[in-house]
Amino acid sequence: MGNILEVKDLRKNFKSFALKGISFTLPKGYVMGFIGPNGAGKSTTIKLIMNLLKKDGGQIKVLGKDHIKYEKEIKNHIGFVYDENHFYEELTLREMKTIIAPFYKTWDEKIFDKYMKIFELPLEKKIKELSKGMKMKFSLAIALSHDAKLLIMDEPTSGLDPIFRSELLDILREIIQDDEKSVFFSTHITSDLEKIADYITFIHDGQIILSNTKDDILDNYCIVKGGLDLLDKDAQKAFVGIRKNNYGFEGLVENRGKVRELFKENIVIEKPSLEDIMLYIVRGSQYA
Amino acid sequence: MRIIISHSSSEPIYKQIVYQLKELILKGQLKAGDALPSIRNLAKELQISVITTKRAYEELEREGFIQTVQGKGSFVATHNKEMLKKKKYSIVEEKLMEAVLAAKSLELTWNELIEILQQLYDKEA
Repeated sequence: MGNILEVKDLRKNFKSFALKGISFTLPKGYVMGFIGPNGAGKSTTIKLIMNLLKKDGGQIKVLGKDHIKYEKEIKNHIGFVYDENHFYEELTLREMKTIIAPFYKTWDEKIFDKYMKIFELPLEKKIKELSKGMKMKFSLAIALSHDAKLLIMDEPTSGLDPIFRSELLDILREIIQDDEKSVFFSTHITSDLEKIADYITFIHDGQIILSNTKDDILDNYCIVKGGLDLLDKDAQKAFVGIRKNNYGFEGLVENRGKVRELFKENIVIEKPSLEDIMLYIVRGSQYA
Repeated sequence: MRIIISHSSSEPIYKQIVYQLKELILKGQLKAGDALPSIRNLAKELQISVITTKRAYEELEREGFIQTVQGKGSFVATHNKEMLKKKKYSIVEEKLMEAVLAAKSLELTWNELIEILQQLYDKEA
């Protein structure tokens, strides 16, 4: 199968923030969600992959090739879609396309036309007249027209309404049907990922907290609720994060099997959402 | 073919798929040689991840319910009657084990357990 994206010991230092040697791998043909709170290092990581920022150390490989040594070749295979609009506002979609297309060796006009139809994009409209969702679709149409093997999307769903977000997920599902394409996208709207992502990489404060298949993560963790009388010192240690109120507690436990050993009865065990896991890990120490 | 996924169930999604496909095969609604949807297509239709679907297919393959032919897709495996029967037994055994454990922890006798089972069986008939 092979990996489409490999990040190894990636480092970048800023005055007030550092990416502390992060590593993760995305196998070909899958979707990876890149989650973490604001300021965790999501955008920095993506900019480093795109070589828009210079790394201080580590290695990045796209399609098995070093992302700087083979930058030109690799960029033909990456479709980069990001939050802010990076097109010329005053141009029409057709004019913008005419500027972009020559940059790509692999550009296919037929595919472009096809996606413009599917996405119902008006070629003669100016970019500034498009809604946010339409701009996103235009970015995607461009990425798909140069046969990108890896779609890298920075917060693609932020600022979009639920209906468009769900449409975008449908489009992504369609894109990965061919076994060839992979998607790496950062988001803080974890519910979007709950459905589509095969892998989740969770970054917090410049470090990778988790990087695994979504199913393993969701199967492994569980939310436990119960009365305060059950919480002795040993029990408390089992929690990644815990929240107490006057009537009981609620917490996240990493090993589902351990819960049954610790508490015999009188507890409620629930499936966590990715958001629960993110929240308890980030705020865990505050609650404990 | 009907597959219904519940996101609120505590049963992992891949297990829900395994269970429902098994049932379709054991009941004969899916027959030996029938083609199954591709992993990616099923994932798209059910709006779940590709890996989840892959895991379900892998488990069904391990248990001998389906076969995957490189480049051609997955098919319901051919199996003899003896094996089918064994599989039917093992599904029921698994469920009964839960009942046995519950009965033991509540200190019901063998006869009481059998009586309940008899009543339930007759009621459904």
